[in-house]
Amino acid sequence: MSRTCLPLWITFALVLLMFAAGASQFDGFASLRVVTNLISDNAFLLVTALGMTLVILSGGIDLSVGSVIALSGVAAALLIGPYQWHPLLAFALILPCAALFGAGMGALIQYYQLQPFIVTLAGMFLARGVATLLSEESVAIEHPFYDAVAEFGLELPDGGWLGATSLLTIALVLLMLVLTHYSRFGSSIYALGGNSQSAQLMGVPVARTTILLYASSSMLAAMAGIIFSFYTYSGYALAAVGVELDAIAAVVIGGTLLTGGSGFMIGTVLGVLLMGLIQTYINFDGSLSSWWSKIVIGGLLFFFIALQKLLSHKWQNKAGGRA
Amino acid sequence: MSEQSNNKSATPVLQLRQINKNFPGVKALQQAQLSLYAGEVHALLGENGAGKSTLVKVMTGVLQKDGGELLLDARAQSFATPKDAQQAGISTVYQEVNLLPNLSVAHNLFLGSEPKRFGFIDKKAMANQARQLLSTFGLDIKVTAPLSEFSVAVQQLVAIARGIAPKRGAACTKVLVLDEPTASLDADEVQNLFQVLRQLKQQGVAIVFITHFLDQVYQISDRITVMRNGCFVGEYQTINLNKAELIAAMLGKELCQQRHQAPCLAVEHSEAILTARQLSSGQSVQQLDLDLPQGQAVGLAGLLGSGRTEICRLLFGLDQADGGTLSFAGKPIKLNNPAQAIALGIALCPEDRKTQGMIAPLSIRENISLALQAKQGWWRVISKKKQQQLADFYIEKLQIATPDADKPIGQLSGGNQQKVILARWLAVEPQLLLLDEPTRGIDIGAHAEILQLIRQLCQQGMSLLVTSSELEELTAFSSKIVVMRDRKKVAELNGEDLNPDRIMAAIAGASV
Repeated sequence: MSRTCLPLWITFALVLLMFAAGASQFDGFASLRVVTNLISDNAFLLVTALGMTLVILSGGIDLSVGSVIALSGVAAALLIGPYQWHPLLAFALILPCAALFGAGMGALIQYYQLQPFIVTLAGMFLARGVATLLSEESVAIEHPFYDAVAEFGLELPDGGWLGATSLLTIALVLLMLVLTHYSRFGSSIYALGGNSQSAQLMGVPVARTTILLYASSSMLAAMAGIIFSFYTYSGYALAAVGVELDAIAAVVIGGTLLTGGSGFMIGTVLGVLLMGLIQTYINFDGSLSSWWSKIVIGGLLFFFIALQKLLSHKWQNKAGGRA
Repeated sequence: MSEQSNNKSATPVLQLRQINKNFPGVKALQQAQLSLYAGEVHALLGENGAGKSTLVKVMTGVLQKDGGELLLDARAQSFATPKDAQQAGISTVYQEVNLLPNLSVAHNLFLGSEPKRFGFIDKKAMANQARQLLSTFGLDIKVTAPLSEFSVAVQQLVAIARGIAPKRGAACTKVLVLDEPTASLDADEVQNLFQVLRQLKQQGVAIVFITHFLDQVYQISDRITVMRNGCFVGEYQTINLNKAELIAAMLGKELCQQRHQAPCLAVEHSEAILTARQLSSGQSVQQLDLDLPQGQAVGLAGLLGSGRTEICRLLFGLDQADGGTLSFAGKPIKLNNPAQAIALGIALCPEDRKTQGMIAPLSIRENISLALQAKQGWWRVISKKKQQQLADFYIEKLQIATPDADKPIGQLSGGNQQKVILARWLAVEPQLLLLDEPTRGIDIGAHAEILQLIRQLCQQGMSLLVTSSELEELTAFSSKIVVMRDRKKVAELNGEDLNPDRIMAAIAGASV
């Protein structure tokens, strides 16, 4: 157990360390306001990364999520603006469509035995292209529902404020935690990541799981797009470029093996928080370029990949000695 | 055994009749048949490529039959997926442990039928049930730990336990298929397993037992079905069939009992091709003194984990020595990687051909020419024609059963795969060939052929170091046998001492 848990604990320690560093240097860093802002600023990334965790646990990858975020944002903005739909109705159309899009990619991966990398790369171009086709310009959203949602939230002491989207994100995190660790779907995902042939022989519904998995990832990405639209009050085809890579980074920093089969949903949450904290630290400092966050995240990624390699190597030697 | 006659009158719990199965270019099964009665252990025997695995795959839903019928409790059935077969009460434990190393032991046992509470997996109940189930196997392990932390033997027992674990929405297990379950178990573990099988038998489970160990067949089975070349040969009561008759049925020819002849050349004082003095490598090999004489086969005996495989890895440059000296053909050498070893004329056939030896999707031809190509360097490509000649030569010489050299190696049977890997290394014409368990998991026929080949190679002047768990086999070709225990050399036997009893004693640690 310690082998899989160690990266998780390291990430947890880094989160605490980063927070402590900020708190010791800047007034007002150690406040609930900073924490709740961390959640609301990173809500869309967190929701995307949840889906990415499912995919990576199964041994796959989903490069299309950034584009799906943009597409769902543009679609929502257009439906609500020019087409005068109620936002909820628009979401009710967008989410199932996104799920279908993901299911399609999953089906290609499953039935044609194609590489997830290439299939979702195609999905990435496709979704981005469709989004740009719908509107090249950023589409503003003005609707009473959006204002009402912005008003809604949980007032916390110390300047803390959990808005509707933050609450939704937290609910999704809890749902995904239960789903991965306490449901048969979750078990099947781990089984797939362990060895898909064995999983098949053990009676795991491999096809269904694969398709459902990519459907979930796309649907969560669309959800992230909607959350993002509440954040920016607009939909823009060129939004969220490269978010898929941020999500992958968060998953890896959270201790999930890129080869699949090992990792925790909560690790991804910590990964996103750590990346957010680095950005917050840079914002507080004011003099640092924000590109420093990329540099630090790059360094962290190297560290975690090396750690994974080291741990799995050590573990193999141990098992080899026993055989 | 006396209830056999009663069983005869009852209807079989599972009956396969006139099963046909074709693969492109190969008739894998022709008119194959099998009848299983409740409460029997039924040995399914045959050489590699006889169609045992295919027959099992048909009855467990992995493959679809092209003809014939499958009756479960006298009702015609067909299984589209392994899950269908499981639901109907047919469980299978495959040859290679097919579990998920990343999941916990408990989860491996109950994957797909996890106990639930309020709709969620109840991990605590799952762990308890797992402990209970494994205790009937005499296994007391931490069920929440990942399966990968345990030895192959334990994983094997877990796989069998999974086979009989109650499944959600499925009939209780009526038929349990065990494909080579004892291949990676030691003697105690085998007895432990047999104990469990007897228990299951009493509960009325029909057990299909596929193995290459004929002694075990006589120990545990009630009846035997023999297959050959995809066809049914016969069905026998175990007590009425002696070993010679059984082997004859399997090989399809009268085979005089394979006598182990004396070592090929009793040249006592031939030059040592390789000499190791005080060779050490971390914890895995400690202070090894070893002389491998020219043109002789040296046996390496010891239990699993005694350091046998580690020696092979060390001599092939896969692991690096951190102490001692090594000399090859009279010159001191230092091996940092396999390329150096290959350049010197050392070759290694690894223990696990599936993961370390063969490249399954590549053809026989490509697999054979791989090592030679690597030795020549990748800039001097071996022409396809040369590759073809090479492949044809070894297919002929080693009698590899295949329609042509372009068949992917993954589709061959175990014995033939092993021959291809052997051919790969013979093609580089090494001076020293390290064979790590060359006969594991292959049938008697191929077994005898490989032993024959080892003798031939010695006669041609090649030196060999062969590890094996089968002591009889070691004494058949070795000029001397090095016995390992706990990573150290504990004995070197030759001459009169070359017999299984002496080796056993040395392994066990009695005074030699």
